[in-house]
Amino acid sequence: MKSLAVKLFAKARDLAGRDVVELDWTDGETVADLKRRLSEQHPKLEPLVPRLLVAVNNDYATDSAMLNTTDEVACFPPVSGG
Amino acid sequence: MIELTHQPIDYHALTEAVRSPQSGAVVLFLGTVRELTAGRQTVALDYEGYPAMAEAKLKELETAARARWPVDRVAIVHRLGHLKLGDISVAVAVSCPHRKQAFEAGQFLIDELKVTVPIWKKENWSDGSTEWVHPGGETK
Repeated sequence: MKSLAVKLFAKARDLAGRDVVELDWTDGETVADLKRRLSEQHPKLEPLVPRLLVAVNNDYATDSAMLNTTDEVACFPPVSGG
Repeated sequence: MIELTHQPIDYHALTEAVRSPQSGAVVLFLGTVRELTAGRQTVALDYEGYPAMAEAKLKELETAARARWPVDRVAIVHRLGHLKLGDISVAVAVSCPHRKQAFEAGQFLIDELKVTVPIWKKENWSDGSTEWVHPGGETK
C-alpha cells in the first residue's frame, strides 16, 4: 500500500498535532476519499473536515478530483489573510 | 512584484516600485492590525501562509486584474509571523493610466486575496487566549 503525504496548515495542523500526515492511498482515489480517511485516521480533525479546503499542486480541488501519491496535497481551513 | 515576508513592509518602496510615466494614478492599500473586533481586544496577530500556493494564487490575481483593467504595475506583499497592534500585514499597490481603474483594480486585488490566498491569522486576545480566524464559523 502506498501512502499520500498531506500537508496541514493553521487550525488543521494544531488539531492534528503535526504539519504532515501520511494516509494509506491507492492512486485514483478522490478528494472525498481523502476527507473521509482524514476523519477516520485523525479523529481530532473530524469537526473541521466539512469546511476543509483541499489543494492539489498549488490549486484548489473539488471532491471529485483524483489524487496520486506523487501530487503535492494540502488541507486547510477557510483562509483569513489580509 | 509578489512577495511573502517576515520583515516589516516598506510601503514607500513598494509604492515607488509601481510608479511610472505611463500611469497617472497610483493606489496603495495597507491592511493593519486592528485593536477591536466585535468588542474584543486584540493585542497581536500571528500570520501563517502556504508560501508556494500563496505566491501562485497572487500571480493568478495579478493576471485576472490585468485582464479587466489597464494595469501598468502591481506590487503585493503579505507579511507573516507575529504582528503587533498597528503593524502592516498586507500592502497592495497598483498603477493605471486613470484613477477609477486603479481604485477598482486595487479593491479587486485585496478583496480576492482575502478569500483565495492561503494565509491564515490567529488572534491573540487581551485576555491571553488565542483563536484561529477561519471564516464560516467556529469548530471548537
